[in-house]
Amino acid sequence: MTVVATPADLADRIGHILAEHQGTDGACLLVLQAIQRAFGYVPAAALEPVAKALSLSHADVYGVLTFYHDLRRAPPGRHVVRVCQAEACQAMGARGLTEQLARRFDVALGDTTKDGAVTLEPVYCLGNCALSPAVTVDGALYGRATEFLVLERLGAVR
Amino acid sequence: MKSATFFVSGDSASVSVGADDLVRAIAAEAKRRGIEARIVRTGSRGLYFLEPMFEVETDEGRMGFRPSGTMAECVTEMFDSDISPKARTCLGLMDDLPWLRRQERLTFERCGIIDPRSVGDYRFHGGFLGLERALGLTPEEIVAMVTDSGLRGRGGAGFPAGVKWNTVLGAPGDVKYICCNADEGDSGTFADRMLMEGDPFLLIEGMTIAALATGAAKGFLYIRSEYPAAIAMMRHAIDAARAGGWLGVDIRGSGKAFDIEVREGAGAYICGEETAMLESLEGKRGMVRAKPPLPALEGLFGKPTVVNNVLTLAAVPLILSRGAAYYRDLGMGRSRGTQPFQLAGCVRNGGLVEKAFGITLRTLVEDFGGGTATGRPIKAVQVGGPLGGYIPEELLDLPADYEALAEAGFMLGHGGLVVFDDRVDMLAQARFAMEFCAHESCGKCTPCRIGAVRGVEVIDRIAAGAEPAKNLALLEDLCTLMTDGSLCAMGGLTPMPVRSALRHFPDDFRRSAAAAE
Ligand SMILES: Cc1cc2nc3c(=O)[nH]c(=O)nc-3n(C[C@H](O)[C@H](O)[C@H](O)COP(=O)(O)O)c2cc1C
Ligand code: SF4
Ligand code: FES
Repeated sequence: MTVVATPADLADRIGHILAEHQGTDGACLLVLQAIQRAFGYVPAAALEPVAKALSLSHADVYGVLTFYHDLRRAPPGRHVVRVCQAEACQAMGARGLTEQLARRFDVALGDTTKDGAVTLEPVYCLGNCALSPAVTVDGALYGRATEFLVLERLGAVR
Repeated sequence: MKSATFFVSGDSASVSVGADDLVRAIAAEAKRRGIEARIVRTGSRGLYFLEPMFEVETDEGRMGFRPSGTMAECVTEMFDSDISPKARTCLGLMDDLPWLRRQERLTFERCGIIDPRSVGDYRFHGGFLGLERALGLTPEEIVAMVTDSGLRGRGGAGFPAGVKWNTVLGAPGDVKYICCNADEGDSGTFADRMLMEGDPFLLIEGMTIAALATGAAKGFLYIRSEYPAAIAMMRHAIDAARAGGWLGVDIRGSGKAFDIEVREGAGAYICGEETAMLESLEGKRGMVRAKPPLPALEGLFGKPTVVNNVLTLAAVPLILSRGAAYYRDLGMGRSRGTQPFQLAGCVRNGGLVEKAFGITLRTLVEDFGGGTATGRPIKAVQVGGPLGGYIPEELLDLPADYEALAEAGFMLGHGGLVVFDDRVDMLAQARFAMEFCAHESCGKCTPCRIGAVRGVEVIDRIAAGAEPAKNLALLEDLCTLMTDGSLCAMGGLTPMPVRSALRHFPDDFRRSAAAAE
């Protein structure tokens, strides 16, 4: 879910999140995760208030933001399709599935379609390795995945 | 028939192939027939190859059913047959399934059977007996039992759990932590997830016993973000355990305090390495720390900390309730007890097989696994995740044992076996190992950060047929450098899959070179 926020709204909600984590040791990652839950990504404007509230440098917060693959610096598409790229899924054709989906959506793995409809992302193991290949569509996990299944799920949620 | 009790796995993998649809089909058909259906959402039995499936309570035990056509057809047939093996889709009594009967389920004895949301059900099935026993023992006595059991860490390194606990117990300081590593990033592994979703109180019990043994009052459970269902289930179970007096300021009137907080990972494989996990728990980048100091002495926020894998901690309650010898008597050599093996990838019968150490890889992959999913020959089995070696078919008679595998140049890791059929290109797999390392490296040391990137480039040159002999020698050198010069096992073990591919499948590295000539 991506929320378009006005600067005032943004400051307000980040203030809220920071208040919730007051007194928690080492809250930086927790705060960034909470911000992403609220906005769908971590807006650049969030860095300054987070750094200030946690007595960290801007670089510290930016360092955490860029380290973790989950944390986004830009809003994702309206739908997010994650295709497992790890070995158990490779053994069941994940590479081919990824190519099919990339062609279908006309997007490179890791990117969002031009119309903003779909983000196609790699993920490394979803713990569904006995039912590979595995994908998630907007967070819902699927096993024995095919291109058809992904399209069907997207149709159902669109 | 007026009423019937059904069991359908609510495990996320089961749901990923339609378990929720099955629940709806059962409810609808039962309603149509005026039968009162009680549907319990259990964890998974680990029979993923049979999913989606369901079980029905009968006088003789639970009877399994597995749709072959539509789910509605299967449910109709099941009712028409009066819940009997007359139905085409009946699997028979679950307890009679050879795949389950031939296992030695200790850690997973309740998984798939009980309602993971119910403390009462856990209790009824022998839960919390280990903790009750521990509450009557001194920390030293608990540590001694765990040491005597021979329990070794299930996260990959196989370090004796009792030794680690003893270090934390002996470390000075009032504040100590228990950190459970549920980052389970290895491809081909899902046992931690299954356990957290299917028997969460067992992990809580294990962590609490660890706390009593070492004097910790606070625990963190670090679960990867790819496991949202496990996160939700563990949070629910922690609240329920607290409400039942099994966690909190005064555990069952003992005056002892312990509580657990769930923390969610953020998609970094390296945060499964224990010191990177501690950094992440402190809210920082997941950069690996140099050791010493050991986390047991200076761990989370600089305090003595137990870091153990989910399966290590989940094995502890049984050791306390049934005794160290019960556990130690299973296994081989210095690998004691049972290991939950996970069969994954291109395998016909994928799922969880808990067996005593010493079972051969072939028995796991061929007898339990039924060979490849495609029916084609097995070419390689990667054991131990992305840092584990590719074992060729000829070597599958190796026993699953830490030392035996290490001697042959492989590792058991977290017990995942990923099967590949003969269509796999081992050069591509070697390249992926380097690519994954480059993607997930924490960046602290050069051999790993730069080496992995170079590794991809060199393999690409080999694939293109450019000076193959020179580049193969370069790749060997690079592997040696990474093995010897890396700070942690991420860079240090990435050469294992690469070298195993080079050694056992040299043709795959020559073919492309030959084609280019
Ligand atoms: C790159 C890397 C990733 C690791 N990932 C995990 C993991 O996901 N889960 C885990 O329990 N241990 C993992 N480990 C091992 C931990 O560092 C540590 O040895 C383990 O958590 C200790 O618990 P144990 O003694 O109970 O196995 C990893 C190690 C490395 C080097
Ligand atoms: S080997 Fe890689 S992951 Fe480990 S400390 Fe060095 S750079 Fe970080
Ligand atoms: S490797 Fe794809 S789900 Fe585990």
